[in-house]
Amino acid sequence: MTDERAARSGRFAALDRRPVNQDGLAHEDPGLGLVALRSPDDPDPSLVIGADGRVAEMDGTPRERFDMLDRMIADHGLDLAVAPEAMALADGELARRIVDPGYPREEVARLVGGITPAKLAAVVRLLRPVEMQMAIGKMRVRRTPSIQAHVTNRLDDPLLIAADAATAVAFGFRELETTVPVLEDAPSNAVALLIGSQVAAPGALTQCSVEEAMELELGMRGLTTYAETVSLYGTEQVFVDGDDTPWSKAFLCSAYASRGLKMRVTSGGGAEVLMGAAEGRSMLYLESRCVALARAIGAQGVQNGGIDGASVVGAVPDGMRELLAENLMVMLRDLESCSGNDTQVSESDIRRTAHTVPLLLAGSDFLFSGFGSVTRYDNMFGPSNFNGDDLDDYLVLQRDWGVDGGLRPAAEADVLAVRERAARAVRAVYRRLGLADYDEAHVQAVVEAHGSKEVPLEDPLAVLRAASAVQRSGVTALEVVAALAEEGFAEEAERVLAMIRERLKGDYLQTAAIFDEEMRVLSKVTDPNDYAGPGTGYEPDRRRRREIASVRQELSVREVRAEQELAAATLTLVEGPPAEVGSDPREVAIGLSPAAGRGIWTTLSGISVRDALREIEAGLEEEGCEARLIRVRSTVDLGLVGLTAARLAGSGIAIGLQGKGTALIHRRDLVPLANLELYSVAPLIDREMYRTLGINAGRHAKGVVTVPAKNPYTEEAITARYHTRALALVAIERERSEPAVPIELTRAVR
Amino acid sequence: MTLRARSGRPVEEITVERVVAGELSGEDLRVHPDTLRAQAEVAAAHGNPQLAANLRRAAEMTALTDERLLAIYEALRPGRSSRAELEAIVAELEDKGARMTARMVREAIDGGAERGLLSDR
Repeated sequence: MTDERAARSGRFAALDRRPVNQDGLAHEDPGLGLVALRSPDDPDPSLVIGADGRVAEMDGTPRERFDMLDRMIADHGLDLAVAPEAMALADGELARRIVDPGYPREEVARLVGGITPAKLAAVVRLLRPVEMQMAIGKMRVRRTPSIQAHVTNRLDDPLLIAADAATAVAFGFRELETTVPVLEDAPSNAVALLIGSQVAAPGALTQCSVEEAMELELGMRGLTTYAETVSLYGTEQVFVDGDDTPWSKAFLCSAYASRGLKMRVTSGGGAEVLMGAAEGRSMLYLESRCVALARAIGAQGVQNGGIDGASVVGAVPDGMRELLAENLMVMLRDLESCSGNDTQVSESDIRRTAHTVPLLLAGSDFLFSGFGSVTRYDNMFGPSNFNGDDLDDYLVLQRDWGVDGGLRPAAEADVLAVRERAARAVRAVYRRLGLADYDEAHVQAVVEAHGSKEVPLEDPLAVLRAASAVQRSGVTALEVVAALAEEGFAEEAERVLAMIRERLKGDYLQTAAIFDEEMRVLSKVTDPNDYAGPGTGYEPDRRRRREIASVRQELSVREVRAEQELAAATLTLVEGPPAEVGSDPREVAIGLSPAAGRGIWTTLSGISVRDALREIEAGLEEEGCEARLIRVRSTVDLGLVGLTAARLAGSGIAIGLQGKGTALIHRRDLVPLANLELYSVAPLIDREMYRTLGINAGRHAKGVVTVPAKNPYTEEAITARYHTRALALVAIERERSEPAVPIELTRAVR
Repeated sequence: MTLRARSGRPVEEITVERVVAGELSGEDLRVHPDTLRAQAEVAAAHGNPQLAANLRRAAEMTALTDERLLAIYEALRPGRSSRAELEAIVAELEDKGARMTARMVREAIDGGAERGLLSDR
């Protein structure tokens, strides 16, 4: 019987196992709206202004066939004074003006004010990814980039919410968004987030993403300081399914402002496809409608480009490009961009990073509309594209590219301190207001926890009771401030009240407003983007550059030297007279580099220089050879160290050993770089290999055939792991080298 | 110009001491319509007439209680209200001097009727 199994390629089997192949990728299907940039059913741009001065036709649709979205956009969203000029511009010409750093930002914004959704989509469709990055650098509203965090947990534990909020602010987040697994918990989360947000620094904005009316109510009571969950959709059907109309949304916008609250709307490609009502239109066109609608209803900003539907967009060709284009369209409409990245778009680390990096390099008003600042399982929005356990990756990415991603390194001790302060503040407020009573053990668990799985759930109904008490007694920011003050949290009381004072001033209602940590408003009005080509626009100042650079993993030669000094006691070598040429044919020299056992005592593999020497000597002894220690002082080059020692050895054979552990066998008649055996990958050399080195050197001395040892091999990013330490060790070797003859060494008897 | 809360209290008087002493009320937490109108001027001067209009409607809406605000929002959602109910809201708003907001609700009546989203279709 023949084996009927289909032949399987080991290469493909390995590819199949890669995370990227967990991602569902879809065939384009314009009928379903499964198409990123262009559908055959996308309308051609058009705009006809009637005799009455109103829009008579927009993007191929006459007024009598307008749906609600068309109507709102046509009546409120377009600058009809600019429209004839702007609509007459060729798409390519407008695209060029958008990208050209020499063409003023304000002039682009003015022109875009007069173009229809189909026109904006047609123009943006022409831009290549790098051109979009150029355009984003120029067109985003605020000069200084910023970033938002998700702060949630599975239990809605208020102490943990507060501790995580304080942690997020310590890392530099300026907006914090929470939500709930249980809707009724919302008031409790809002209170805990509000308090926690003001512990590490003043001024971070907070929101609680829940159903529209509930979110507004929490805001009116001062328990949140901005709102974002005001969803817009690109087709009328989905808009109505979302239980709103453009007018109810416009009313909601003004309702927030009437209480002095900042708000933005949310849209984002893929939503209409997921709801099965994309009307055969491309994601880009539908999103262009959303963005035009946002402008029409008077919202100052939009969250889009990588929200709940992001993975649907990512499933089709040009999907990632479309997501970036969504953010750009918001900026072109001169609105605040809260730029997505808040859904994990792929199982592949490579792919999800590739989604985020273009925007990170270009800069945005908010680079994430929710970096998951907590660990993945606690993100009740679902995991973000980057999450709490990716914080160091993100900090290093900022540092690699010298760009401001909005975050800064935070020291572990500082984070523990603000977590404790935040947890205690919430505990005290909850106790004083009669909402809940958490014990000391709970505080401790919260402070140290990685996530809610490490926090005890003493009473599953505690949060619900606290939340309904907040509702029942109508707790407002005033009660929170009073409780903080009375419980000895004067600073937090002052900061929470300052957020109330700001809503009375209204400056943060302007486009793209945030507070910096000195409570200055940074917005379109006070911090406008002034990019106009190389050398202009935002650049981190000296202080901020240092902050971005100073990640906690940074090592300096000074630190490596101090680390080496800790092991100094392991080996003391006594310097003797200048080394003479030996005569014993069994004598094998061990040439030590300038700093081996004299400034460097631990090799890169973690084995001490003492132990490496012991193994080498033991190997030589097995072969009946005599070891002789010689310090070569004049060179840091291992080949020369080995060769110099070989010329002094009675056998003419020597081992060269550097402080970092690299070793070789040399013979007196060879040129420096042509050695007998080289163990070049110091971090991977173990004791056994040093012993083999001794044995092989002994065999060379005796003229016996030896099998050269193979260098170990690893898949690790070995240079990334060790180069910083290695170069510091080389610097120490260099410091110790001097133009001096080799000398005899003996080991001090201890 | 001294910035004031809707209550008339100057913003500088919103202090922790007064909060603790119980001297402040909900009205002290609310923005004054004049402040919103001033911000509308700023938005218009910075090229965003739509944001300016939003802030002017907001200034009008400071006259509504929280409960009324939530109720009118609810009434504007799809299928919630008949034409007559929305027209009553228009009248209420006009009565409070909320002319721009009233106009927006009127548009909602026209648009909603056209697209079959009023409850008496």
